[in-house]
Amino acid sequence: MRGGLSRTVAVLSAAGLLAVSACGNSDDGGSGDSAASKDVTVFTWWADGGEKAGLDGLVSTFGTECKDFKFVNSAVAGGAGANAKQVLANDLSSGNPPSTFQAHAGAELGDYIKAGQVDDVSGLYKEFGLDKAFPQSLIDNLTVDGKIYSIPANVHRANVVWANPAVLKKANIDGTTAPATVDAWIADMDKLKAAGVKAPLAISKGFAQEMLVEAVLLAELGADKFTGLWKNETDWAGADVTAALDKYKKLLSYTNSDREAIDWPDALGYVNKGQAGYTLMGDWVAAQQLADKVPDSAYTYWPAPGTAGNFQYLADSFTQPTGGKNPDGAKCWLKVVGSAEGQKAFNTKKGSIPARSDAQPSDYPKYQQAAMADWAKDKIVPSCAHGAACSLGQNNDILSAISQFSGSQDVAKLQSALGAAMKTS
Amino acid sequence: MHGRIRTWGPGALVLLPTVLLLGYFVYGLIAWSFNTSLTDRHTARKGPADYVGLENYTNLFGEERFLNSLKNLGVLTVAFIVGTLIFGLLWALLLEKGVPGESVFRSVFLFPMAISMIASGVVWGWLLNPSQGDEARGLNRLFSILQLNFLENSWWTAGSRWTTMMSIALPAVWQLSGYIMALFLAGFRGIPPELREAARVDGASEFKLYRHVLFPQLSPIALSALIILGHMSLKLFDLIYAITGPNQFRTEVPSIYMWNTLLRSDQAKAAAIAIVMLAVVAVLVIPYVAYTVRQESNE
Repeated sequence: MRGGLSRTVAVLSAAGLLAVSACGNSDDGGSGDSAASKDVTVFTWWADGGEKAGLDGLVSTFGTECKDFKFVNSAVAGGAGANAKQVLANDLSSGNPPSTFQAHAGAELGDYIKAGQVDDVSGLYKEFGLDKAFPQSLIDNLTVDGKIYSIPANVHRANVVWANPAVLKKANIDGTTAPATVDAWIADMDKLKAAGVKAPLAISKGFAQEMLVEAVLLAELGADKFTGLWKNETDWAGADVTAALDKYKKLLSYTNSDREAIDWPDALGYVNKGQAGYTLMGDWVAAQQLADKVPDSAYTYWPAPGTAGNFQYLADSFTQPTGGKNPDGAKCWLKVVGSAEGQKAFNTKKGSIPARSDAQPSDYPKYQQAAMADWAKDKIVPSCAHGAACSLGQNNDILSAISQFSGSQDVAKLQSALGAAMKTS
Repeated sequence: MHGRIRTWGPGALVLLPTVLLLGYFVYGLIAWSFNTSLTDRHTARKGPADYVGLENYTNLFGEERFLNSLKNLGVLTVAFIVGTLIFGLLWALLLEKGVPGESVFRSVFLFPMAISMIASGVVWGWLLNPSQGDEARGLNRLFSILQLNFLENSWWTAGSRWTTMMSIALPAVWQLSGYIMALFLAGFRGIPPELREAARVDGASEFKLYRHVLFPQLSPIALSALIILGHMSLKLFDLIYAITGPNQFRTEVPSIYMWNTLLRSDQAKAAAIAIVMLAVVAVLVIPYVAYTVRQESNE
């Protein structure tokens, strides 16, 4: 009898342990074999939606421009590349890099540069004439110690506020023009609250809050000091940073209580449904609104208050990994990525704007035309949340500090945590 | 001589593959991780790394983020084990008393365990929406429909460490209680009916029967359950990740922090976190193994 009991227990325990260990299985990276030398494996996190459509556009251009090579899709799904970056890190450290991989242009590439995993492509800039085609300020942002390690395919703008004019009308606010400063914006939100809008500013978790912090810092410090923050040339402990973070804290008090539990499309939904007046999010919102068939009249957009004249950019770019398979094929891919045709095929579908300054605005939808005009004339500043200004590690620490602040509301702690994050690599 | 090999030779031969595989893939790699944790390998760059002694560990224990993740883990483990044991035992008791359609209930309670944690995490992330009042969604919505508005709360998104981690433990309790129920039910069924009859003949009340006759016999099962739940809780990753996403300070536990650290290619620090986690599990498992071995040698 006793034997029977302990056997049952043993079997059940074993079942439990199996169930646990099954959770630990990890992906092996899914790298294909390299038998065919024509294959160009392109690693991205563009697996569906407008991003996939954009990639398909690039692929069709690649098919006509690079007839000698065959495109092999090696995309890993997951928002902002969260899963893809882990898979890529595995592939790179096991010495099995793809022909080319997607990475945010700017500081986020620093990890790969430090690890010696990507090659300098500044030679290709000259060869393809990209040094003339891209704006000089973008090239300056991409250059690390005189070298450039990636070719941007597109440009997005981070500092954009999307508003619902019908909601703003309840408080007699004109939705077509931006408040001049963060303080004026806060005053408008007070009016909205008085008019019965409980949470005038819709916001979601993680990087959306980080983008709002950045927008407030940019507005309060100005472009040069803001850019200096990410290079540790501006003092993070300064009184102006404290004042800006105090305003961020104030802004949070106007936001929805479920901000830690929702993603940016939900926050946008609050605006579209009229529950909120504003949301701050990158201009991929424009493509989302088109896809959701929200009419043009139902929403307005302007640069985040106090940041007009600044274009806070982020860009997806492609690299040439050290020891990558089929470098000639990769070179042809990079040529297509940087070319006018390739950028048009990609960006008209993805909802971003081309990094080249010679593109035809008439090829693009309404929002992108306005963004292209700003891209050409505005001051270009980088975004930390999307890797242009911060490395993965710095971004990771900043996100953690911001999620802590969302609960604790301790400005001094947030300020010191941000400064400490930028001192790590 | 020849005869002796005959007695232990075949056994050793059968064991050999297991010993080799376990030796390399478990213990060898633990040693490798420990070795990495003593170096300054903070990037993905290949080549030799310098030894820095226990610096990675002293840095970790001086870091608010890591200490926070350890405290979160402690609270989560207590909430998860207590919750799961209470519900598991309760359901086992109810089924043991004999209900019509017992097998249906048994399956219903066990089914959550069949769902992968990442899938249930996604759904629980929706259920634990912190909106309240008119905008309430998920469980809060259910409470407001049932006129139980006082139960609405902000779940893991606000409040103390206890309310935060208890909200995270809730889905885990839901998922594992059925399994603990099955363990206890097997235990109850394994107790010879003669014992109950003898107790009843001696005039024991139902409460006394359970308190003094049945429960003491379940203690080995309770111990196994404790160990299984304890080490599951220490390793919990996917459920929390799916509910709260990465870099969420409020709910971060060491396993998630390790993943984040590895994502930034800080291999030495990630290895140090892994070794600390291993040590915490060992604190739980080694006494259990020692206890079992002693029990067996006593028999």
